[in-house]
Amino acid sequence: MQRATIKAWFVIHKWTSLVCTLFLLLLCLTGLPLVFAEEIAHLSEPEVATTAADATPRDLDAQVSTALAQYPDDVPLFVGWDPDAPTVYVNTGARADTPPPQMHTALLHATTGEVLPAAQFNEGVMYFLYRLHTDLFLGLPGMLFMGAMGLLFAVAIISGLVLYGPFMRKQRFGTLRTGRNRRLAWLDLHNVLGIVTLGWALVVGITGAINTIAKPLEQAWQSEQLGEFAARYAGQPRPATLASLQAAVDTARAAEPGMRPAFVSFPGTGYSGDHHYGVFMQGNTALTERLYRPVLIDAKTGELTAQPQLPTYMSVLLLSQPLHFGDYGKLPLKVLWALLDLLTIVVLISGLYLWVKRGSTEARVTEIERAAKTGGAA
Amino acid sequence: MSAPVKPPRNPFIAPAWIALVSVVGLVSALIGDGVFDVISWLVFTALIALVVRAWVKRTR
Repeated sequence: MQRATIKAWFVIHKWTSLVCTLFLLLLCLTGLPLVFAEEIAHLSEPEVATTAADATPRDLDAQVSTALAQYPDDVPLFVGWDPDAPTVYVNTGARADTPPPQMHTALLHATTGEVLPAAQFNEGVMYFLYRLHTDLFLGLPGMLFMGAMGLLFAVAIISGLVLYGPFMRKQRFGTLRTGRNRRLAWLDLHNVLGIVTLGWALVVGITGAINTIAKPLEQAWQSEQLGEFAARYAGQPRPATLASLQAAVDTARAAEPGMRPAFVSFPGTGYSGDHHYGVFMQGNTALTERLYRPVLIDAKTGELTAQPQLPTYMSVLLLSQPLHFGDYGKLPLKVLWALLDLLTIVVLISGLYLWVKRGSTEARVTEIERAAKTGGAA
Repeated sequence: MSAPVKPPRNPFIAPAWIALVSVVGLVSALIGDGVFDVISWLVFTALIALVVRAWVKRTR
């Protein structure tokens, strides 16, 4: 590799890393407990009495009434099922377009309707960490900023890989020289950990960046695909009286017999237009349970309107979520995810150390050239 | 007659393998449960084992 080429990649690696490192450290540190968010949430949840497999679930309209009795000034927004417990959650809010931080959650036993203690969206340490991780409490601008940091991280990984080549030309893979000087030890550690976490970090970084544009993608889907169905209702106000939710879910089940309902959006929530229940069905495999199939039920008549296929960009978004969260391979995968996260923190800290002890760019480029020729560095 | 000069190994072979195996590990648990989960666990355990191996074999 020519000196000018090495220098160009070195400058790219240095600046993309420097700009994103502090934010990446924040993402890695806050992401660590978030990997176990489900387990941590379960610690504070009550033991829910199990039910017989053939127990009849309580009518969903009754469940919504019970939830609204807790929050009498609210309207229902979403109803969903916990796949791991016999519970139903109902999200409510002051308006149909209430954003998640202002929503209320009622947790109900699926068969008895017993009201259970429910964690709210906007309280607790996990919520604080979640907001720091996703948007720095800045909403969409914060999300997009973090997405940009994720993309810079991806560029830093790729440029680091390019520089790894000349560094390691004369070395065995996994070389770690700790006895010569501290800077060389950190450099070798940075290289080893950076390469081992390469594929994982690249995927987690890019899928994280994709997740930051979830809101704009959902809005695009709303206006493009759902707008097509909403056009039939142009000029009509949102229905004041809604058809039976239970009947709507039953209709969706009949329309998609191989799937189960994951959650239902009420009209006006942004997921199913102003005139429909959106019954989001999921499959039974690890892959298909992520790829929702929306079934639109007319919220006034209770009739089936459509079963639109999700557009490709929404499928990409939905698949990018597990690949970022690491929540799709049970607890062992989460533990490994956390360990890889810790290794990435060491990569970031070692990179910072190397920058502090950097010397001039020319000296570093010379170091890389020397490593490529003789195997010596630092 | 001198011995043939052994060409240096391409330093990108190991990263390419690691990237490939990582993709297998990432995708495996996504497409199924049971054995597919186990493949993911094995892949990422192997990656972490590479770090442990490098540390154990470090030169002082």
